[in-house]
Amino acid sequence: MTNLVDIPKVNAKNMTEKEFFYGHKACAGCGGSVAVRLALKVLGERTYTALPAGCMSAVGFIYPQMAFNTNAIITTFPGAASMASGIAAGAKALGQKDVKTVVFAGDGGTADIGFQALSGMIDRNDDVLYICYDNEAYMNTGIQKSGLTPYGTKTTTTPAGKNIPGTVTHKKNLFEIIAAHDIAYAATASIGYPQDFLNKVNKAKHTKGATFIHVYASCPTGWGTPTETSIEIAKDAVDCGLIFLAEFEDGEYKLNRNPKEFASVKDYLKKQGRFKHMTDEDIQCVIENRDRKWARMRKQWL
Amino acid sequence: MKTNKIFISGDEAVAQGVRLSRPHVIAAYPITPQTITVERLSEMVEAGEMDGEYMHVESEHSAISATMGASAVGARTFTASSSQGLLYMAEGLHYCSGGRWPVVMMNANRSVALPWSIYGDQRDSLSLLDCGWIQVYVEDAQEALDMIIQAYKIAEHKDVLTPMMVNLDGFILTHTYELVEIPEQKMVDEFLPPFQTPNKMSFEEPKNLGFSSKPDDNTEFKYQQNEAMFKAVDVIREVDQEFAEKFGRKYHDMVEEYRCEDADVVLVALGSVCGTVRVVVDKMRAAGKKVGLLKIRYMRPFPEAEVKDLAQRVQAIGVIDKDISFGYEGTVYTNVNSAISKIDKYVFKSNFVGGLGGRDITKAEIEDMFNHLLDGIEKKSEEKVEFFSLNVETND
Repeated sequence: MTNLVDIPKVNAKNMTEKEFFYGHKACAGCGGSVAVRLALKVLGERTYTALPAGCMSAVGFIYPQMAFNTNAIITTFPGAASMASGIAAGAKALGQKDVKTVVFAGDGGTADIGFQALSGMIDRNDDVLYICYDNEAYMNTGIQKSGLTPYGTKTTTTPAGKNIPGTVTHKKNLFEIIAAHDIAYAATASIGYPQDFLNKVNKAKHTKGATFIHVYASCPTGWGTPTETSIEIAKDAVDCGLIFLAEFEDGEYKLNRNPKEFASVKDYLKKQGRFKHMTDEDIQCVIENRDRKWARMRKQWL
Repeated sequence: MKTNKIFISGDEAVAQGVRLSRPHVIAAYPITPQTITVERLSEMVEAGEMDGEYMHVESEHSAISATMGASAVGARTFTASSSQGLLYMAEGLHYCSGGRWPVVMMNANRSVALPWSIYGDQRDSLSLLDCGWIQVYVEDAQEALDMIIQAYKIAEHKDVLTPMMVNLDGFILTHTYELVEIPEQKMVDEFLPPFQTPNKMSFEEPKNLGFSSKPDDNTEFKYQQNEAMFKAVDVIREVDQEFAEKFGRKYHDMVEEYRCEDADVVLVALGSVCGTVRVVVDKMRAAGKKVGLLKIRYMRPFPEAEVKDLAQRVQAIGVIDKDISFGYEGTVYTNVNSAISKIDKYVFKSNFVGGLGGRDITKAEIEDMFNHLLDGIEKKSEEKVEFFSLNVETND
């Protein structure tokens, strides 16, 4: 394993001014594009980027206007991880050195349709960093429920009405499912805490083999939030405890933030159109689920 | 020429052909009756007889996705599948040809569920004729080995850059043993140079691949893909000729005619059944009947010129189909019939559908087919599309 203590830090001051993802057609305030932009600044020019069908591929590769300044490719929807594995295997077989392959996939592309290939990629320990930008629904196709859509969310396939209060399931425990593969390095992050995200991408960059980062990325279009609050809302999600910042390394879990008190869940939810319909009972259900999860994490990980 | 013959199965012959072609990346998922090929390849990698990366992918969808990824950085790749696995790859097959990645695949022709059957027919690959892959069908293990080597040279040609599927009949070819000549590595290296392609991502010249197109551009891309398939016809001829000069075995390009020179009637077939048809042709020729065989080697690109040329010379053509397009007729027949319809001459035609799910096609049945065609030219029988082993026409 690489000695991660010695790797050079990347921060806003020393980060490259080169842009590797620009001229794309993402919505104003898109959190996913922030995650891609920042991660590529850490990973640099010797990077192969693979993206399945989803927002970032849809807005980045419209012939002849290509938005990636580095090598990049759209993959089959279920095959992002396996195509990236193939890229890494091909690069290795051709004797290419000092190369990183990265995937940027949405929550549906990761936790649903792309999950089998992702599991295979981690099982083989292929030299790929897989980054899931989680905006909590299939946004590219018009806001449909995915396996990472949280309880209560109104989407176009989980409408909130008199009979059903929107989404009735909780998010999959994606981070722990990935960690259960005994992966070399996995982390959760949020674009609301960019330095933490940069550090984690940097760590993954310097870790040989399969690595995974689950980054929370706001979506004004799908969430019903003002475009200028994208970073703030992604920070709020962490502060109210619905999103946690953690790492899995050398077989151990680590909570990066363990606040004594959480900010208000209700305030976070009520800022967003997708949760506007939620009753106090619905919100109580979300809070109880959060508390159950934190109690378990604190008991098992600390 | 020094010979090096060993007694191996069709699957093993494919593995030998792959080893000699030096792919950088092999990604495959096991499925009967393809498994022996991927087992032998993994043994060759373990023994250090091959340098490539062997990827244990978790599905056929990932097998094709991984080979595309490797090809997109300029690596030579191989995958293998069959039946359900090939169908599970279907999205990737279209994706691969559209991306112009010259992946080479072995497909062990096997029936398609339901009902489940691990045995041979050609419904798997024929149902995927439109996915933009070059499709060749081989008749024996030697041809299987030789066509893997040829496949890389054809698929990777700068005017082609199209993936290629080498089909061999499940069990009949994959699991039966023959004496197979193993070419020398040095000669294969001379015949097949390292893969070079402009269509790859590199750090010297970064590219965005696998992009989206708008209605204004899409047709142009599809036109180019179709052009490449037509150009493949010339490349197939050149490569087969060069192969014959180098290794002393020639496969007659797009089709092989067997005793068709003065034939009145001809049966058209693909793959291993051609061997049985040859035996029947010899027997009937000995009895004075002017019969012949047209072995179609390539279903895509389709040998239209060759079929038309033959149709000009004969009076009746029958097509054996180890497949059925439900609600119509056999797919090979549809293709052959389309070519025949473009000549200004009447040819008596019939379609014989059978050999499904591994059922044997007997010499007696083939003789019946020839007799039906011979009767047809004397107006003593009617054109038909028939499930021959059931003795019923498809629309009865």
